Amino acid sequence: MEWSWQVVYEVLPSMWQGLIVTVQASLVGALLAYVLGLFLALLKMSKTWIIAKTSYWVSECVRRTPLLVQLYFLFYVLPDFGVFLSPFVAGVIGLGIHFSTYTSEVYRAGIENVPKGQWEASRALNYNAYQTMRHVILPQAIPPMIPPLANYLITMFKETPLLSAITVVELFNAANIFSNSHYKYLEPMTLVGLFFLIVSVPAAYAAMRLEQRFKPKNTGAS
Amino acid sequence: MEAILEYSPILIQGTITTIELTLASAVLAVIISFVVGLSRFSRLRIVRVAAVVYLEFFRGTSAIVQMFFMFYVLPLFGVTFPPLLAGILACGLNLGSYGSEVVRSAILSVGRGQHEAALALNYTNYQRFRYVLIPQAIPVMIPTFGNLLIELLKLTAVASLITISDLTFMSQIIRVQTALTLEPFLVILVIYFLIASVLVWFTKLIERKFSQGRHTITSREI
Repeated sequence: MEWSWQVVYEVLPSMWQGLIVTVQASLVGALLAYVLGLFLALLKMSKTWIIAKTSYWVSECVRRTPLLVQLYFLFYVLPDFGVFLSPFVAGVIGLGIHFSTYTSEVYRAGIENVPKGQWEASRALNYNAYQTMRHVILPQAIPPMIPPLANYLITMFKETPLLSAITVVELFNAANIFSNSHYKYLEPMTLVGLFFLIVSVPAAYAAMRLEQRFKPKNTGAS
Repeated sequence: MEAILEYSPILIQGTITTIELTLASAVLAVIISFVVGLSRFSRLRIVRVAAVVYLEFFRGTSAIVQMFFMFYVLPLFGVTFPPLLAGILACGLNLGSYGSEVVRSAILSVGRGQHEAALALNYTNYQRFRYVLIPQAIPVMIPTFGNLLIELLKLTAVASLITISDLTFMSQIIRVQTALTLEPFLVILVIYFLIASVLVWFTKLIERKFSQGRHTITSREI
């Protein structure tokens, strides 16, 4: 099996299109995961027992089942109930919901790691709930959340090939379609792997730098 | 629901395949985690570099890409795996990379005094890891390994895309043959949730067992 640059040359344009879809899906999916995760975290921390328990178990149900099956569910089951989603939208919603269960844990841990004395001090100063959050809790809780949230963006980027299973033509699917129609597997598949490495290895190091940057500041404050 | 009962034999078969795939790749992943994770402490630079290359390669390229590479590209070089073996290898090699970081950071988390004490006792490298560092690092690893086990279970669903007849694959068969959508996917989501819950319960059990031993050791020391 010989490596052919001709094939590389032919497959690159469609892979470039696919890469754009991959990046879009990961960014929109991550945005959704960050927003939904915040709501989920607030629900999980609710003082009403039933709300906290229900949201915990809903989140566990999502977390303990494969994203691929959830994507199939969104893509094949919802149309039966009159909800028609384009493959891309279904994929992004699937990614967003699945990873919101992970980001919610990041938010929850971030807020719970703020020492109890800080809450008590806010109450002593007669701060209302908004002031407590805005001026005391969040400034201390947010910096340690940033590195894990960034890491989940990278994880979601690596999960986007699953969207190919519901016919989204992203990076992996673009290569796969080319492979199947030209019977050339070596070059497209290698290139997909390479593309992922090129993006995710530097991104992982950037996330590690973030972690180091936010760590000393936090321990110094507490 | 009657259709699901009619198809229950293949669902059971799929469940068995999923469990087999999960357990076999878990064993592989644990072995790789320790080999690669401990290699990071090697005196030989080449071994350390090889471990980092392994880690970045399998963590940086997407799991589904690795699976397709193994299933479609390697045969071109004369390396052919039966689907189930390709699935086990891909899942195990992928999760092994994440696991190696767990092993490494757990070893690093063992107090510095322990490293120094082992040196002071003139332990060989092997003795230092075997009798001092690893036994103390294992309880630290267990919760994270438990999370990875759930990730592994979810990853096996992706193996359905390389024609392994696991649960997800069976649900697709039922969908195609019966044109039902809600039932097959709902049923397998429940099965996945149940398997994952058993794994969570099992992890907690082991965690408790190890932490019990730990308390008695520390109290005896005091």
